[in-house]
Amino acid sequence: MTKFIVRRLLQTIPVLLGVSILVFSMMYLIPGNPAQMIAGEGASPQTIAQIEEKLGLNKPAPVQYLSYMKNVVQGDLGNSIRSGRPVADEIKARFWTTVELSFYATILAVFLGLIAGIISAVRHYTWSDVSIMLVALFGLSMPNFWFGLMLIQWFAIGPEWMPEFMKMRASGWGDDWRQLLLPVITLGTGGAAIIARMTRSSMLEVIGQDYIRTARAKGMGERVVIYRHALKNALIPVITVVGLEFGGFLGGAVLTETIFAINGMGRLTIDAIRTRDFPIVQGTVLIISFLFVFVNLLVDISYRLLNKRIDLN
Amino acid sequence: MVQHTPVVGIGQKRSSPRVEAYKTFWRRLRKNKAAVVGGVLILLFVLTGIFGPFFTTGDPNATQISNKLAPPSGEHWFGTDNYGRDIFTRIIHGMGITMKVGFLSVALGGTVGVILGIFSGYYGGPLDTFIMRAMDILLAFPGILLALAIVSVLGGSLQNVIIAVGVFSVPAFARIVRGSTLTVRKLEYIDAVKALGASDARIIFKHILPNVLSPIIVQLTLRIATAVLTASGLAFLGLGAKPPTPEWGAMLNEGRAYMQQAPHLVLFPGIMIVLVVLAFNIFGDGLRDALDPKMNK
Repeated sequence: MTKFIVRRLLQTIPVLLGVSILVFSMMYLIPGNPAQMIAGEGASPQTIAQIEEKLGLNKPAPVQYLSYMKNVVQGDLGNSIRSGRPVADEIKARFWTTVELSFYATILAVFLGLIAGIISAVRHYTWSDVSIMLVALFGLSMPNFWFGLMLIQWFAIGPEWMPEFMKMRASGWGDDWRQLLLPVITLGTGGAAIIARMTRSSMLEVIGQDYIRTARAKGMGERVVIYRHALKNALIPVITVVGLEFGGFLGGAVLTETIFAINGMGRLTIDAIRTRDFPIVQGTVLIISFLFVFVNLLVDISYRLLNKRIDLN
Repeated sequence: MVQHTPVVGIGQKRSSPRVEAYKTFWRRLRKNKAAVVGGVLILLFVLTGIFGPFFTTGDPNATQISNKLAPPSGEHWFGTDNYGRDIFTRIIHGMGITMKVGFLSVALGGTVGVILGIFSGYYGGPLDTFIMRAMDILLAFPGILLALAIVSVLGGSLQNVIIAVGVFSVPAFARIVRGSTLTVRKLEYIDAVKALGASDARIIFKHILPNVLSPIIVQLTLRIATAVLTASGLAFLGLGAKPPTPEWGAMLNEGRAYMQQAPHLVLFPGIMIVLVVLAFNIFGDGLRDALDPKMNK
């Protein structure tokens, strides 16, 4: 097992390097001179030359990349062009907001998805299965930003009978946990649909196997058969999707945070793209991707722990 | 002279295995009601995208400030927006844009992904490792983030959204095609063709590609759904087509500010996105069942 973990850790190194090279190149792929952008329009050639010198922009690209990576490893992601503050500080202030949002969205998605998927599989081809799968298909096909807007419409400015906290929390971000409700529902629903479909097909596959038939033939109760025998094995493939979903939510948070005016990393990215503040864009893209790679690593390891039969090597 | 009279037997009526497979596929697809509905809807959407603009009465950008934010009525079926533009006309014109983004981006991503996947699976070795690691790197940018980063570099425009969403689709195709190619490559008949002296190009195009076509077709359909969602998300963030282009995501973005007074501004473009994505999703599911029932139990 240790060998597997070490090998898996080593495998992430080229991916992380590749991601960092791509993110680093962003600055050089954008049209125009980065030093000019930092100096602002109308800056004198001397100022631009000074900035180039200071940031090492006149050095060859590989040298620049190495110094960029040296800084990244030390926690220095450069400075924001707009505010002049360190990018790392800007991200630090918003990091947990996005992680928290994605985390709760994942919990919601897993909870809803598993229940729906199990019901669907156990009662397959009944009306409850058909309607659950129909709802899941809608959930899968709905842009989450539109769903969020509709939720705001219904809950915040909608019917009178709606609880007061739903109304006030729909439009802003404060310290109350209840304000998380709508953003988490917005972000998590699509994932719930995916997990429901996955759980259903995984469960159906397991239920059709011989050992389940044997368990039933032994006269075991249906509950025991489903929850103790089938579910345990059916859940293994679902776990990989959970990791991917969490990552997807980190990316998807860009849209959710924009709708609900949540001051997280996603919104920081969008604002930075709009103001062409590239060091911030680089920083957030890098951090979110690294986090995603790390989560997938954890998922792979837990997958291996749960299912010792498969050989991931 | 002895004339051979042709014998009409059961054997002669049988068509080639490929035609048989096609017939089976068609029969299975037609049996799947959801897939038929999806297919018909897609056809309808494509036709609307191409011919719709000729049938709508007005210019999608014609403003009529005196009639702004009007609710749906007989005159304006989906109401009017903040500039008094007819939302129905804009949605019909937007259909073409949505279809264009969906089909072109997936065609782009699919072509590149299929080529990479086949090469990776067929040649194996260091090339395979290199291509697959490159795909891992692209997959390390979760969800919409990769497309977002590309658009932020290239700048927001419809063309750049197509490129960004195309690149975003490459790894999915490459991985699936690689897997299928690996399976096909190990089959005996490929060894036989090789022994007969067929070139790599001939083996790839004549023998491998037709055999990995099923997962590609399914993936193409499902990816269009994802592409439409991603592209509308980018447009919603203001990173897609520039106003006043009647792109649905952009319409949602514009309509957001007026949601309280005129919810129809965000209702209709959203419903249209859902319908298009839903149609491609159910058609893709149906195709998967029809092409390979084992793939989806």
